Amino acid sequence: MNSGQLFNLVTIGYFSAMVLFIGYLATRSSVIATLATVLAYLGFAIQTVAIGLRWYETYQVPGGAGYAPLSNLYESVVFFSWTILLIYLLIDLKYKQRSVGAFVLPFAFLAMTWAQLRLDSTISPLVPALQSNWLTYHVITCFLGYAAFAVACGVSIMYLIKIGKENKSSDAPAGGLVGIMPSAKILDDLNYKAIMIGFPLLSLGIITGAAWANYAWGTYWSWDPKETWSLIVWFIYAAFLHARITRGWAGRKAAILSIVGFAATIFCYLGVNLLLAGLHSYGA
Amino acid sequence: MRAKQRGFLNSAWDFFCSLKLTIFSLIALAVTSIIGTVIQQNLSRQEYLRVFSEKTYRTLDQLQFFDMYHSWWFIGLLVLFCINLICCSIKRFPRVWRMVHNPMLVPSEQVLKTFSNVDEQLVAGEIKGLTQRMQGFLGNQFSAPQVTEQDGSVYLYAEKSKYARFGVYITHLSILIIFLGAIIGNVYGFKGFVNIPEGGETNKIWLRNSQASLPLDFTLRCEDFSVSFYGNSQRPKEYRSVLTVIDQGQTMIDHRPTIVNDPLSYKGLTFYQSSYGAAGDEVVSIKVKLRGEDKVDAFSLQRGQMVDLPNGDRLRLADFTPTFRNFGPAARIDVLPHSGEARAVTVFKNFPDFDNERGGAYIFTMINFDQRYYTGLQVTKDPGVWVVWLGCALMVIGCLVAFFMSHRRLWVVLSGQDGKVGVRLVGSAHRNQPAFELYFDELKNKFREELSDS
Repeated sequence: MNSGQLFNLVTIGYFSAMVLFIGYLATRSSVIATLATVLAYLGFAIQTVAIGLRWYETYQVPGGAGYAPLSNLYESVVFFSWTILLIYLLIDLKYKQRSVGAFVLPFAFLAMTWAQLRLDSTISPLVPALQSNWLTYHVITCFLGYAAFAVACGVSIMYLIKIGKENKSSDAPAGGLVGIMPSAKILDDLNYKAIMIGFPLLSLGIITGAAWANYAWGTYWSWDPKETWSLIVWFIYAAFLHARITRGWAGRKAAILSIVGFAATIFCYLGVNLLLAGLHSYGA
Repeated sequence: MRAKQRGFLNSAWDFFCSLKLTIFSLIALAVTSIIGTVIQQNLSRQEYLRVFSEKTYRTLDQLQFFDMYHSWWFIGLLVLFCINLICCSIKRFPRVWRMVHNPMLVPSEQVLKTFSNVDEQLVAGEIKGLTQRMQGFLGNQFSAPQVTEQDGSVYLYAEKSKYARFGVYITHLSILIIFLGAIIGNVYGFKGFVNIPEGGETNKIWLRNSQASLPLDFTLRCEDFSVSFYGNSQRPKEYRSVLTVIDQGQTMIDHRPTIVNDPLSYKGLTFYQSSYGAAGDEVVSIKVKLRGEDKVDAFSLQRGQMVDLPNGDRLRLADFTPTFRNFGPAARIDVLPHSGEARAVTVFKNFPDFDNERGGAYIFTMINFDQRYYTGLQVTKDPGVWVVWLGCALMVIGCLVAFFMSHRRLWVVLSGQDGKVGVRLVGSAHRNQPAFELYFDELKNKFREELSDS
């Protein structure tokens, strides 16, 4: 059994959980919701083991000195889906809003599918620039932040659907898919809570990146595209945090900012590597 | 006129304090920042003309899009952002300071009515005894209260994490501190580079932006440079310079290995391993054996160098290449007999018997060759960097305080009502209301229990 096979199992697990969560929206059966949640936990547990196994495998390749498996695109995408599940399960433990799973699990499933089908999973030992403990701190903080934003994005989409439906059908109670969703107030609160977790983590991710750059190259900020995009993401979520307490910006506009913020996050993570040149291009 | 002026000043002040301006400047910074990630920054005119037409180039240049992060309009946006930040904080901070240092010990009836977390019980007993019980109750459940008597009523006030209210201001201040650090670095610091060949030394560096050199008051020597690879692959494993610092004749740092991610610092300057290259010619070691004799001579030669062989013939390294087609390192040697014509011989490091099989009077073999490298070091001095880290630390602390802590306040008001005592419990949190509501509901039950025992 190698880590690649385990990651395939994880992908299947997340796919099933996703389908069941969507099924829950349609059927409102709490049995299905529980089953979906159990599958999500199971997939998360297997993924944790698989990442550990891949870490072990980095010591086994010829000439490999071993490294935390966070160094290339494949490893980061896998880690991203792991962090999405981590943040989602934490929020699930606290708020038990099962319908959120239908809007968050797809991100984790898509990430795993892309990694398993399209990305190069070869274990290659670290080039000199990456041989630093800062790599681990930087990647972990950034991706936990990204994952919190993914959850916030899922919740914001739910929010927009919810208020869209509620406005149309005025005071008649909304049924079907929307009826089972938490109220707009709870969704707005969840959105804020997720960003509240993500924003300090993103800040810390940018700071550890700056510290590392300063240690490796002697400059903590050089307006490299990746750095700039992380700052753009930071600006958007800072705007979100202030929008929530501003009249006329709370609610709908804040939810849109949260979605735009996640789109910028994805561009910062993938778009910069795939489309623009810069210091992080080895990540691709 | 004066009233008009004041009106204008007031509305200007309100403008700079407004949250709408905050949202505008944050979004404007986010959107404009994209430009510099799409158009590569600080290239030469020729490089831009390969992409843009002359006209587009001139327009973009005038808009300062080629160095946009230092353009007047981007810096202007950052200044606007900072002014907004400062004004907001100046406007709100004094009120928060007063709230923290002069808490409302005796809230008016109106104020109490604004709080949604309330519970009221009417119990038999005396105010004095009940005050003591409530004092104990708050002390056990929450925190020790302050007791104030006024107009026959008794007010108990207790609070927790009052400094949570400062989280936002710590975060705002941290941004200003980071900017301050960046300014200090720009004014008093510099970035430069220096290339030192192996065995060579330097006491000056080159500045990045001005092409001028800067003298050092010490000497930096490169003892050795090496590159290593993983196995037989082309994937680099380590770039390593061994550096020595000599200050006023004294060796201050001796043979310090300096690799990527492990720079060398001395006297406020930091040297980073950043590049390398070949410095001058390779040195080739060649063995010469006269056919039929046991004696072997060895020479180390650079390209073009000539040496005398014992019997009066001469030998010159005509050419060398580290890779000759697929055959690896190869050298061409000219043999110049003291009488007669020169002959050219080729030797390969990977095929030591090749020259032997030629059957000439001399047998040449290449033992090895040595490439001298120079190491490329990035040099920086940034006295502002610690200010930046201070700002970063404050930002993280400020965010955590602002997001995860909340100033919670409880009042217990006791007042006589028709021979009985009305006991009111009121609570408020400055953020995270849902969590506080849950907490208050639990507290309410304990509060009722406490009073029902009397």
